[in-house]
Amino acid sequence: MYAKEKTGGELSVGGPSVRGMTNAIVVERLVKRFGATTALDGVDLTVAEGSVLGLLGPNGAGKTTVVRVLATLLVADGGRVEVAGLDVGRHADQVRAAIGLTGQYAAVDEYLTGFENLEMVGRLYRLGKRESRKRAGELLERFDLIDAANRPAKTYSGGMRRRLDIAASLINRPRVLFLDEPTTGLDPRSRLAMWEFIAELADGGTTILLTTQYLEEADRLADRMVVIDRGRVIARGTSDELKAQVGGQRLEFTVTDAAVLPRMVERLRPLGVDDPVVDEQARRLSLPVSGGAEVLAEALRLLDGDTSRIFDVGLRRPDLDDVFLALTGRAAEEVASDDDTTAEPAMTGGAR
Amino acid sequence: MSSLAATLSDSVVITKRNLIKVKRVPDLIVFATLSPIMFVLLFRYVFGGAIGGLPPGVSYAEFLLPGIFAQTIVLGSTTTGASIAEDLQKGLIDRFRSLPMARSAVLVGRTVADLGLNAISIVVMGLTGLVVGWRINSSVGEAVTGFLVLLLFAYAVSWLMALVGLLVRTPEVVNNASFIVIFPLTFVANTFVPLESFPSVLRTFAEWNPVSAVVQAARDLFGNTSPLAPVPDAWSLQHPVLYTLIWVVLILAVFVPLSVRGYGRAAGR
Repeated sequence: MYAKEKTGGELSVGGPSVRGMTNAIVVERLVKRFGATTALDGVDLTVAEGSVLGLLGPNGAGKTTVVRVLATLLVADGGRVEVAGLDVGRHADQVRAAIGLTGQYAAVDEYLTGFENLEMVGRLYRLGKRESRKRAGELLERFDLIDAANRPAKTYSGGMRRRLDIAASLINRPRVLFLDEPTTGLDPRSRLAMWEFIAELADGGTTILLTTQYLEEADRLADRMVVIDRGRVIARGTSDELKAQVGGQRLEFTVTDAAVLPRMVERLRPLGVDDPVVDEQARRLSLPVSGGAEVLAEALRLLDGDTSRIFDVGLRRPDLDDVFLALTGRAAEEVASDDDTTAEPAMTGGAR
Repeated sequence: MSSLAATLSDSVVITKRNLIKVKRVPDLIVFATLSPIMFVLLFRYVFGGAIGGLPPGVSYAEFLLPGIFAQTIVLGSTTTGASIAEDLQKGLIDRFRSLPMARSAVLVGRTVADLGLNAISIVVMGLTGLVVGWRINSSVGEAVTGFLVLLLFAYAVSWLMALVGLLVRTPEVVNNASFIVIFPLTFVANTFVPLESFPSVLRTFAEWNPVSAVVQAARDLFGNTSPLAPVPDAWSLQHPVLYTLIWVVLILAVFVPLSVRGYGRAAGR
């Protein structure tokens, strides 16, 4: 149903779409400059009411800048930006009343308790004292923070702070929610829990724009994705469409001794649908293949029992690094301003 | 809600939030009051005996306390800058800016909370002063006016510091940078020693230094001067209350709009 978007979005941006669905977010030719640097260079995107858009890209791609413009924290230098049917430049306060924002760093007051944090935000949304307290209680319950409700947020774990932060952005029942890297820095268990919370919100009909560095995260949560790099949209579509653009799955071997790699390449070459990639330093061999588990079995047969030097083997589907490699010719880490992607736990790297 | 009522209500919410921190981290207030106590004791007993040229009939404790009051609350105002910088760093300003709240409320709430902190430290210093021999020799009305002048000046300085915090964005840098400015400003003044002992250039600076006027105003209003003391040469010290109020109005007129504008543009990390 989003087939039109694949053409680049120009046809369906703005106002109700042909199918009568309203767009909760419309961004057209958005430009943002910081001094001489152009952070956003003509970004177009739309998010249909009630859907989830994953905005992907490496650090420094401009994801956060997009969110900050949409959330009225930055003023655009060009283009049109509408959130909940309102122009963010002209009706900033009305936009603010309709949105919730969870930034990259849990913006909670450490000295206030969880309850006090939520009550304060409710009061600042002008919900009134009684309603603010009622919402605070409900959200603490829902985000599993009720036991910690009366403890200062300073004592919370990273995952708890992030949940409290999201709870704060939900206190006014926003129509549109912005989540800027909601799981960066969380341990795997907290990340899974966060995914469940976000999926529940999406099921409840909240329009969500989610930025992430992890394709798997977008895969789990987003209906559609937009990939940006250096302030430009370089790809868009559903998860499957993106992966199709990147190419199919790959067979990956990690060995204990790089010396065996050339021999393996020779033996495995017939299986590949494209040239193998050898990384001697990582002692890794990656071979584009098609087919399922039988390819793996065939590969091991071709190696003919010569497997003592193999440390790890698996069939991999493309992840964001691969999307980047395919779309830009650069790995995500090369363009990343810092190294979050490499420090990240084994959520995207494992075989799937 | 009218916009003024809304701004007030937002500001009250933010002030409350800032004061909760004081309640949760009592060390803050302990250290904020220990240093003025230390200053009172050090100056009274270490330098007190060596400082001459005091107005006849005025003890050093009486001369000193208004000076210490002024120095401490001006220093106390730097809290505003450091706290704003901390809120920026932690992303809280981003959160506030994404809410449909009044633009000025975060700054109003911050400066008002810091005014409260300054009031507390004046009480602590005053009590310490009474122990070491300071006395108020004026009417209740004059004494209250004296405290109000001190707090009003400190409140204005808070708005200046708010802008510093928004621009500098690192609490430690706010503290270090403001010490470089505030120490000379509070020492090259009549705070601890009579102006008569200053070399001429410094003396002119000290006479027109608003801190001197604040101190002079407090001394006059607390009755910590002597009718036998010579009339100051500078207009600023002949009319210290008026001169202080002019500074207060000037600082607020410049830095309230600048700070509110800075807040509207402030970016977190």
